[in-house]
Amino acid sequence: MDIKILGVGCPRCKKLEQQVRNIVAENNIDASIDKVTDVQEMVGYGIMATPGLVINGKVKSSGITPKDEQVLNWIKEEMPQ
Amino acid sequence: MKYANKLWFVAAGIVIWFAVYLNLERLTSLLFEATGISSVKETYARAIEFFVFEVPKVLMLLVLIVFVMGIIRTYFSPEKTRAALEGKPLFAGNIIASVLGIFTPFCSCSAVPLFLGFVEAGVPLGVTLSFLIAAPMINEIAVVLLFGLFGWKTALIYVSTGLFIAIISGYIIGRLKLERFVEDWVYKLKAGANNAEEEKTDFAFRIESGYAAVKEIVGKVWIYILIGVGVGSFAHGYVPEDFMAGLMGKSAWWSVPVSVLIGIPLYSNAAGIIPVVQVLLEKGASLGTALAFMMSVIGLSLPEAIILKKVLKLPLIFIFFGVVGFGIMLVGYIFNFIY
Repeated sequence: MDIKILGVGCPRCKKLEQQVRNIVAENNIDASIDKVTDVQEMVGYGIMATPGLVINGKVKSSGITPKDEQVLNWIKEEMPQ
Repeated sequence: MKYANKLWFVAAGIVIWFAVYLNLERLTSLLFEATGISSVKETYARAIEFFVFEVPKVLMLLVLIVFVMGIIRTYFSPEKTRAALEGKPLFAGNIIASVLGIFTPFCSCSAVPLFLGFVEAGVPLGVTLSFLIAAPMINEIAVVLLFGLFGWKTALIYVSTGLFIAIISGYIIGRLKLERFVEDWVYKLKAGANNAEEEKTDFAFRIESGYAAVKEIVGKVWIYILIGVGVGSFAHGYVPEDFMAGLMGKSAWWSVPVSVLIGIPLYSNAAGIIPVVQVLLEKGASLGTALAFMMSVIGLSLPEAIILKKVLKLPLIFIFFGVVGFGIMLVGYIFNFIY
C-alpha cells in the first residue's frame, strides 16, 4: 500500500504524518509512507488545503487531521482483498 | 455521546456561558470585596482588578466565538469557495472573495496550493488576491478581542475596513493586469481533480469541529492573552497617560506610514498584538494609527511573502504589499480624521 502525506511543513502536517505512522505500525500494515512537499505535485492531486492524505493515489482528506478510526477505515478500504 | 445528548450539552453550555458572562462584573466585584482588595488604594490593586476581570471576559468571548466559527467553517471549504468564484466578474468577484475569506478555513501554510487551485479554475488574479488579503487580516480572534476590550463599534469598524481593503486592493491589482508577474509554470499547470468523496456531515460532526477548534485555537493563544492582558493591566497604572501621544498621536502625521512599515516585519498572531494595541491606545496613540499598526502586523507578513514567492514574481509581491499597505494607511488616516 502506498500512503502519501501532502504538506509543506505546517504543524498539522507533521501531526498527520506521525498519526499515520503510528496507525500503520500498530496494525502491522504493509505500507510505504511518503511525505510530499512539492507544491506542483500537491496541486496535481487537486487539493487546496494542507495537510492532504492520499492512499493508493486517491485523495482521502485535505485541510483536516482526521480521526484515527477514520484513517484506519480508509486504509482498510484500500487493502487488497 | 448520543446526538440528542450532545445538543443538550451544547445548549446547557451556552446558557451557563451567558449567565456567567452577563454577571461577570458582579461576580468579580464580589470577589474583590471578599478578598479586601477593593479597599486597597494603591495602583497595583487596580492593576490586579483589571487583570482578574479582563482575563475571564476575553477568554469566555474567545471560547464562544471560536466554537461558533468552528461550526460555521464546516459549511465552507476552499473547494466550495472556488466554485462560488468561478466565472464571477471582477468587482463582484472581489466582494464575494473577501467575504468568503472570513469564513473559509484557511491557514497561511496552505496559501500556495490554494492560490494555484483558484488560478487553475480560472478565478481572476485580482479576485484570488482579495481572498488572500481578507482571509488572514479579518481574523476572528482579533474581532473577539476588539469586541471585548473596545466594544462592538471598534470590532465592526475593523471588519468593514478589512473588507474594504481586501476588495479595493484585489480590484486594483486585477485592473493592473499583472498576470505576467505570476511564475510561468503556474498557468501551464494541470490540476488533478480532487476525487475525495464529500463526507456526509451531520450536525454532530459540526459540533465536534467546534470543540476541536476551541481546543486547538484557545489551547494555543490563552498564554498570549494572559501575557498581553498582564502587560496591559500594569501599563494601566504605571505608564504615563500621554506616553505614546508624541509618537503615535494625531499630531504626528508621519506616524501612520511608520506604524505600517514597522508592522510588516513584525509578525504576530492577533491574540498577541491586540493587548499591545490596547496599551498604545491608552497611552495616547490615536485609534487610526493603532489600527493601522495592528492590520499591518496581522495582514502583511514577511513569512507570507516568502511563501508566495513560489508562485509570484518579485514585482507582483511588491505591488501586492504596496497596495495593501497603502490601503491600511488610508484607513489609518481616515480614522485619525474622524475620531
